[in-house]
Amino acid sequence: MTPVVHRVVGRRRETDDVVTIQLEPVSGTRLEFRPGQFNMLSAFGIGEAAISLSGAPRDPGPLRHTVRDVGPVSHALCQSDVGDLVGVRGPFGSDWRIGDRSEDGRDRDTVVVAGGIGLAPLRGAVQELVAASRENGGRVFVLVGARDPSQIIFNEDLQAWADDGAYVDLTVDRASAQWSGRVGLVTTLLGRAPFDPARTRALICGPEIMMRFTARALVDMGVDQRAILVSLERNMECGLGWCGHCQLGPFLLCRDGPVVAYAGVVSDLLAERER
Amino acid sequence: MSLHDRSGLGPNLDVEDLVVIRPDQLNDLIARLGDLGYETKGPTIGDGAIVPGAVRGTSDLPVGARDAQSPGRYRLEYSDDGHLFEWAVGARSWKAEFFAPRERQWRAVIVDGTLRFTEPTKSARPLAIIGARPCEVAAISVLDEVLMNGACPDTGYDARREGLFVVVAECTAPGGTCFCASMGSGPSAGPGFDLALLELDDADGHRFVVRVGTARGAEVMAGVSSTSATDADVAARAQALDRSINRMHRHLQTEGLAALLARSMESPRWDQIAERCLSCGNCTLVCPTCFCSDFRDTTDVSGAVERTRTWSSCFDLDHSYLHGGPVRASTSSRYRQWMSHKLSTWWDQFDTSGCVGCGRCITWCPVGIDITEEAAAIRGDDEAARAVHVEEEAR
Repeated sequence: MTPVVHRVVGRRRETDDVVTIQLEPVSGTRLEFRPGQFNMLSAFGIGEAAISLSGAPRDPGPLRHTVRDVGPVSHALCQSDVGDLVGVRGPFGSDWRIGDRSEDGRDRDTVVVAGGIGLAPLRGAVQELVAASRENGGRVFVLVGARDPSQIIFNEDLQAWADDGAYVDLTVDRASAQWSGRVGLVTTLLGRAPFDPARTRALICGPEIMMRFTARALVDMGVDQRAILVSLERNMECGLGWCGHCQLGPFLLCRDGPVVAYAGVVSDLLAERER
Repeated sequence: MSLHDRSGLGPNLDVEDLVVIRPDQLNDLIARLGDLGYETKGPTIGDGAIVPGAVRGTSDLPVGARDAQSPGRYRLEYSDDGHLFEWAVGARSWKAEFFAPRERQWRAVIVDGTLRFTEPTKSARPLAIIGARPCEVAAISVLDEVLMNGACPDTGYDARREGLFVVVAECTAPGGTCFCASMGSGPSAGPGFDLALLELDDADGHRFVVRVGTARGAEVMAGVSSTSATDADVAARAQALDRSINRMHRHLQTEGLAALLARSMESPRWDQIAERCLSCGNCTLVCPTCFCSDFRDTTDVSGAVERTRTWSSCFDLDHSYLHGGPVRASTSSRYRQWMSHKLSTWWDQFDTSGCVGCGRCITWCPVGIDITEEAAAIRGDDEAARAVHVEEEAR
């Protein structure tokens, strides 16, 4: 339960309310993690919040966390400056299982669908997948939806992934005067992307309603339900399975999630109100 | 005297042996546990109810007390018969002994530009509970699964739970809201006790049939004078337990219950319950297995930071807070969460029921909502809906 003290060594504003902070332990080595997992970050004296890791295990250097300013703790984290101390406990939870091979051992297409800041917990997975695709030929499709163009995070990464051979497509709910791209829900990007549904796995993170409709659309296209992973969120407080806040039906999401397969009970949970 | 000292006054005993002691010898048993280094606690009378407290002899126990319980009602009554265990359960369960209602996790002070943490030291003195109920022992096993036997054990719970000695008082007087027989957790004691007492008072006098549950229990009993249980004692014990089951008028049909609730998330019954439910959280407070807690950080003027864990409830609006608001805003969704967790998803999470049938949530609900009645109503609605479905299929 005691956090490990880290120092903020980098800070970057992504949008008007999203900041990426980079953390190094005050002593000791960087913790190991897998893409999709989260840490509990403490703003000392204010509290603790679950924040996903937005870095890739393959990248050396500080831990990256991309935080949206929505409450007292995330506000303090977003306001933290280089040199400030932040507490870290973790990593917790399940990951995107990017090392899993398809059942027949063939390289698969991976469709990554993100809504808004949902790209943060997917960033590490995409970094790993794009790097791996150079060796194994598995294709990577990154489909991003945002409320408006100013809410798109990681623009430079999106460009770099496209340069490295990934299929990258964007859409916004509301265009701005400068936006010449697509307008519409992220599900409208699915039909354009030339992946092979029969050998596709999907990684989805965004608002619940977006994940639900994206997963349903993918199933309708012929993607195996079990190959669709979603990242779910509830009020993680302890990360250890003690506090009960992160329950969603049968899951304690800090322990059994956040990444779960869409198959079975999850599709019902996403369809039921106030679960 | 150590726990392994076998030189005692009584016979050498084995697990499952039955012996008989008189009230004076129960007094000796409590004293012996104290001598062995245990902090001895048990049911006591306080604030007009039966509550956990220090017990150094039988006179500290609820002598002559009876509890009249019904939905939303609890009263103590007294008799001059000197019986010690002729009541069911009070509001406060034993969970507070292991899972403190309020507990500091750590304190941090700034030293040399970084933070230095201290964690509270854990108490070393083991606890002996005299007179826990079978359902309460079952509840401790349930909490063990949640807080001790998972991948990340709660070390504070572990430290207090370590070395616990349990003398269970089997139930001869179930309360008006008890349904342990349905849950398989009473009225006779299941696993998890060291010694089990059953109180008898008949032509053979006021006495306790003691069942030995563990080798440790046998060692402790060996230091207390006792007599072997006669056939009459054994028969009287069995009769008392049978009578206890027959006197329990509440039942919860557990067959298929987890799946039933899992498919009843959209039942109209939840909204009907919410018309009565005050979402006060009393049921979670008195429940011997509810384990939800909040972690809060505070600062003081010295700049030190403390993290404190306190009991919380799934009926609190901020229990399900998620960036900007609660997920479960309606009372019906919060009652649904509580009940379906107890009886359904607890199985998914911890491979056990979250309910032991103690009836506290019924007694201490200010409007008398009865979990057994609600489960039966949901089952009735489900059966009716399925019958209609079958009829439609047949057409």
